[in-house]
Amino acid sequence: MTIGISLNELTQRDQVFNFLQPQFSDKLNVDKQILLYLEGLCVSFDGFKAINNLDLYIRDGELRCIIGPNGAGKTTMMDIITGKTKPDAGRAFFGQTIDLLQLDEPAIAEAGIGRKFQKPTVFEKLSVFANLELAMAQSRDFVSLFRARLSSEQESRIAEIIRLIGLSDQVYKLAGSLSHGQKQWLEIGMLLMQRPRLLLVDEPVAGMTHQEMDKTAELLVSLAGKHSVVVVEHDMEFVRNLAQGGRTVTVLHQGSVLAEGTMDQVQSNDRVKQVYLGE
Amino acid sequence: MFLLNILKNDRGGRWLVTTLVAMILVVPILNSLPPDSILHLPTYSISILGKYLTLALLAVAVDLVWGYLGILTLGHAAFFALGGYAMGMYLMRQIGDRGVYGNPELPDFMVFLNWQELPWFWSGFDHFWFAALMVMLVPGVLAFVFGVLAFRSRVSGVYLSIITQALTFALMLAFYRNEMGFGGNNGLTDFKDILGFSLSEDSTKVGLFIASAIALIIGYLVSRAVTESRAGRACVAVRDAESRARFMGYRVENIKLWVFTLSAMIAGVAGALYVPQVGIINPNEFSPLNSIEVVVWVAVGGRASLYGAVIGALLINYAKSYFTVELPDVWLFALGGLFVLVTLFLPKGVIGLMSRKGVLA
Repeated sequence: MTIGISLNELTQRDQVFNFLQPQFSDKLNVDKQILLYLEGLCVSFDGFKAINNLDLYIRDGELRCIIGPNGAGKTTMMDIITGKTKPDAGRAFFGQTIDLLQLDEPAIAEAGIGRKFQKPTVFEKLSVFANLELAMAQSRDFVSLFRARLSSEQESRIAEIIRLIGLSDQVYKLAGSLSHGQKQWLEIGMLLMQRPRLLLVDEPVAGMTHQEMDKTAELLVSLAGKHSVVVVEHDMEFVRNLAQGGRTVTVLHQGSVLAEGTMDQVQSNDRVKQVYLGE
Repeated sequence: MFLLNILKNDRGGRWLVTTLVAMILVVPILNSLPPDSILHLPTYSISILGKYLTLALLAVAVDLVWGYLGILTLGHAAFFALGGYAMGMYLMRQIGDRGVYGNPELPDFMVFLNWQELPWFWSGFDHFWFAALMVMLVPGVLAFVFGVLAFRSRVSGVYLSIITQALTFALMLAFYRNEMGFGGNNGLTDFKDILGFSLSEDSTKVGLFIASAIALIIGYLVSRAVTESRAGRACVAVRDAESRARFMGYRVENIKLWVFTLSAMIAGVAGALYVPQVGIINPNEFSPLNSIEVVVWVAVGGRASLYGAVIGALLINYAKSYFTVELPDVWLFALGGLFVLVTLFLPKGVIGLMSRKGVLA
């Protein structure tokens, strides 16, 4: 397979050989204030176009909400960014230099993209503390993990995150015994331990109570600035809450961007009303 | 100090290590008592116990990958048997010219097959250090290569179990062939000495028992050191939410590869100590049923606790010895029934029962 591709590349005489082109460095470069570039992405599954010529730009430090009906391609888009799915066409860059399509999942995580899944996935048989400890930015090869001892700096970092996500009373409880909302916060905390530049958050408030939702919104808003945060969400009430103060909202539909703008602009957009708000 | 640290949160492990150390000290004394004393422990019981300890070590190896990494291996007896063969080859070379054919250069079965010279892969096995190295190296390398192929292509779950089963089955068929040069279906047997000590001597048998107990202690401590470290927590993370661990930046296949290889090496050591105590190694040790039985031991004892694996292995093997003598027809039904009952009523095994009753932590 790979040999076939490289042979193909070698025989393409209408362009410069790949290996002669300058290599992109793996250092993050956000000179243009844009952290994530998605351009012309297309993915189809068995002929169904999950993502269709998608263009999306996320600014550095921005909190961006993405909404869209079921099957609009929200989760597939996250899959592409995190390396789980490879697109059929298009480009995905992290900063100006890091080509996400060349990297696999661990490398992308290492580069600074953290992802929170729709279903809360924490390590249920480990304590809250151990969950955060594993998520910590560190060298992750087996030998250094085996020899790793917790430094006081790391310990205070974990304590700081535990305070931030409000789980101070549950530090040594098994993650499996937490409530649904607490698991969601723990998972956000785990993302933060990786010190990511970009946080992808998939439906964080599904199944939460109203108080939990407010607390989650507060948490996400407090993260913006230091990190770029992309929130995919169904719940309009929650999105309206998050997008206060003129933050950008993107509406996806059938795998491409339908509208983009502030919450008010988006809501008054006729096509959005048609396909999503059901008016 | 280091040892205390490993066993800090492991009450069952402290019990196990203490018991084993006590056995090392007491068993030789009981054995040296006059035969008519009530407390006298006959040598054959010691050999059986030693054999069980090596099987317990194999169970620890399986628990390490199944309990902590979620890889249901149905082929671990293959690594056990390879370690056993490496030891068997050394023991064969120690026979020298005392074989039936009295050939100083070749083992009996090669003379029988009209072979003229020793195959290249037998060279070096005259030396104990070489054999000891191979006991760990051969299973380790096989597990490493197998792991690279299986884990890189992200084979997991029941498919991986089937492949491990196929691995041990293929090895069994290969070792049955005379042309392989490992004694065909008769395997290697008729051993005389180990390190210059006669295997028929009582003192050698006691020595092998002590070596098995020490190997079990070391194997247990090594495994516990892994599971107690951050790497061990990463294993549990991989077991419970593999893709989450991957998105977090863990190279899941590398973690699996390390632990799987380590576990295979522990299994190899267990096999190497098993062979001199039973006096034979043949391709039957590769049979898929053996590997499945180990999984049953671990399940009965209690998965993901390490000492549970030891308890399960000892319990079932004693039951096996008892039933196969007293009620030979019942044994397989009893084993099957036991497995069903444990799965239904004791999902955490005997350990779970004990901790419910407050015996253990």
